[in-house]
Amino acid sequence: MTDPDSIIATGRSPRHKAELRFRAYGIAAIIVSLGFLVVMVGAIVSRGTGAFQQTFVQIEINVPANKVDPQGTRDPNVIKKARFSSILKKAMRQRFPEAKSRQDKKSLYKLVSSTAEYTVRDAVVADPSLVGETSTFSIRASSDVDMFMKGNIDPTLEQSRRRIDDKQLAWIEQLRAAGQIEKQFNTQFFTGGDSREPEQAGIWGALAGSSLTLLVCFLLSFPLGVLAAVYLEEFASKGRINRLIEVNINNLAAVPSIVFGLLGLAIFLNFFQLPRSTPLVGGMVLALMTLPTIIIASRASLRAVPPSIREAAFGLGASKVQTTFHHVVPLAMPGMLTGTILGMAQALGETAPLLMIGMVAFIVDIPGGVTEAATALPVQIFLWADSPERGFLEKTSAAILVLLIFLVIMNLIAIILRRRLEVRW
Amino acid sequence: MNIQTNIGGATAEQANIVPNPIIEVRQAQVFYGEKQAIVDVDVDIQQNAVTAFIGPSGCGKSTILRCFNRMNDVIPICRVEGSITLAGQEIYAPEVDVVVLRQKVGMVFQKPNPFPKSIFDNIAYGPKIHGLTTSKADLEEVVETSLKRAGLWEEVKDRLDQPGTGLSGGQQQRLCIARAIAVQPSVILMDEPCSALDPIATATVETLIDELREKYTIIIVTHSMQQAARVSQNTAFFHLGELVEFGTTEQIFSAPREERTQNYITGRIG
Repeated sequence: MTDPDSIIATGRSPRHKAELRFRAYGIAAIIVSLGFLVVMVGAIVSRGTGAFQQTFVQIEINVPANKVDPQGTRDPNVIKKARFSSILKKAMRQRFPEAKSRQDKKSLYKLVSSTAEYTVRDAVVADPSLVGETSTFSIRASSDVDMFMKGNIDPTLEQSRRRIDDKQLAWIEQLRAAGQIEKQFNTQFFTGGDSREPEQAGIWGALAGSSLTLLVCFLLSFPLGVLAAVYLEEFASKGRINRLIEVNINNLAAVPSIVFGLLGLAIFLNFFQLPRSTPLVGGMVLALMTLPTIIIASRASLRAVPPSIREAAFGLGASKVQTTFHHVVPLAMPGMLTGTILGMAQALGETAPLLMIGMVAFIVDIPGGVTEAATALPVQIFLWADSPERGFLEKTSAAILVLLIFLVIMNLIAIILRRRLEVRW
Repeated sequence: MNIQTNIGGATAEQANIVPNPIIEVRQAQVFYGEKQAIVDVDVDIQQNAVTAFIGPSGCGKSTILRCFNRMNDVIPICRVEGSITLAGQEIYAPEVDVVVLRQKVGMVFQKPNPFPKSIFDNIAYGPKIHGLTTSKADLEEVVETSLKRAGLWEEVKDRLDQPGTGLSGGQQQRLCIARAIAVQPSVILMDEPCSALDPIATATVETLIDELREKYTIIIVTHSMQQAARVSQNTAFFHLGELVEFGTTEQIFSAPREERTQNYITGRIG
């Protein structure tokens, strides 16, 4: 018989190696997943940051008093009705007198956004003293010019294969030499609604829509979910029916979200005739989807409350309701809130059910209430990703960035709430 | 079977020897589903005295203790038969409100279980839910007297707003005792109150139990025979769900009538 010490000694080295091998696998797995994350976030950031800037063109515009305000009333309503497009076009022809032919003029006008006349109009309405004067206006460049300025259009290509022709290139060079074209921070992206023009499109409409939808979703799903969980866990007898309900709730949590969208379409829109495309219905549908998550998380955190706390309260003569709401629910609250916020974060990123209830419509206005038509962030991303214009590419990535930032914020809130409310015993 | 009937008869006689009983148990049977945990128990609990329930694990001593304030109610499969009266009132009568019952019969558990709240709130919770105090000053007084009676006042009077869970194990257990007496019960049930404490904390709690006897009736379940001998006046020995022997502590520990009692207290079984 061999000495056991020597057997153990010889076995040591393979064991050591196995341990090292396993560590190496684990580290490799982490590096690979981190790598994917970096690639994803890097791609989104590198594409999306362009959308936070917008090219503006400085142009001297003469606002003729006889055309804008012949009576000299300086009344905003009169000024609003003036034809600013012709004023703008005239100013552009004056800046570049070489554009003579119809074709050239058309190219020239395409340098600036089709919404530029409203920028001029709004500036004049806001400051009527501009009437009759010649002053410099900062005007949004068209998306094609913007793309060129951001280096997304290759000027060495053949003219027919790019969206900026040679004349436009020459004009842009002139403007650049004069320092009259520059990129600025794009506030419109954060304050505006959707638009057909990429240079005009903003995320605020979708953000407001998402916030309203989530508000409705929270107000419905949190009380319903918590009450259901408290009843099932603390009050209902643990019989067959309770188990059946639990199994069904677990199954509901795994139902594809589009099914909830179809349910919302059939019940909320067609049967109850609620207004379509609204945050109200969107929130209701997302609440249906979030409920199982909240109930499961809440039940788990109720179960985690030590039974000794319940015994202590019962022993003092507290009733079932008193025990539950004075002691058990407060202790379970951090877990319940975490579950709720994670459910909400899931709802924030949900697109499919919202498509079903019409929140996919093209909506320019910022929604002011839960019954006004709105869209939501993920749907906005879907819409922009679907748009053919080159300018929407960076908007899509930028919108994804905004969505990701919101998700990170929500998860941070969940962590902070957990830390704050957690009581140790 | 014959032996059992004999024991049953014997204990019924013993039960009557207790002067001025506050709790009277007659032919109590407790079932967990099909399983019978308590068989034909007759026992009397003497007022303003400490009664110890001893016996090996699983003998039913905690089960019968939890019948006195109906803590078994939360276990759906638990069923109690026979008669248990508190001051002449049937505990398991349908018209009895457990909230009122538990105000009269307080409980201290094996593991200290203060609420994760301040020391003050721990004591104040009971009086608050029962509406025993009308003003804040009242409540403060109740908290102070309860803590004083539990011998904890001097140690915590400067930190009443600190969490009760931050105290040491022995202090936590005394906090739980203070919490139980804050609702002015007449009986305090203690389910192995010292099993999670070190010997020094145990000694403090035992002294406290002895002092509390003046105002309250105490029933203590314990695994420690020495503890039973130290703190109690009457002792009941349970084995396999039966009450084997009941008598004064002195008699049980010096001259047990039953062989099983003898074997248990000398450490031969259990």
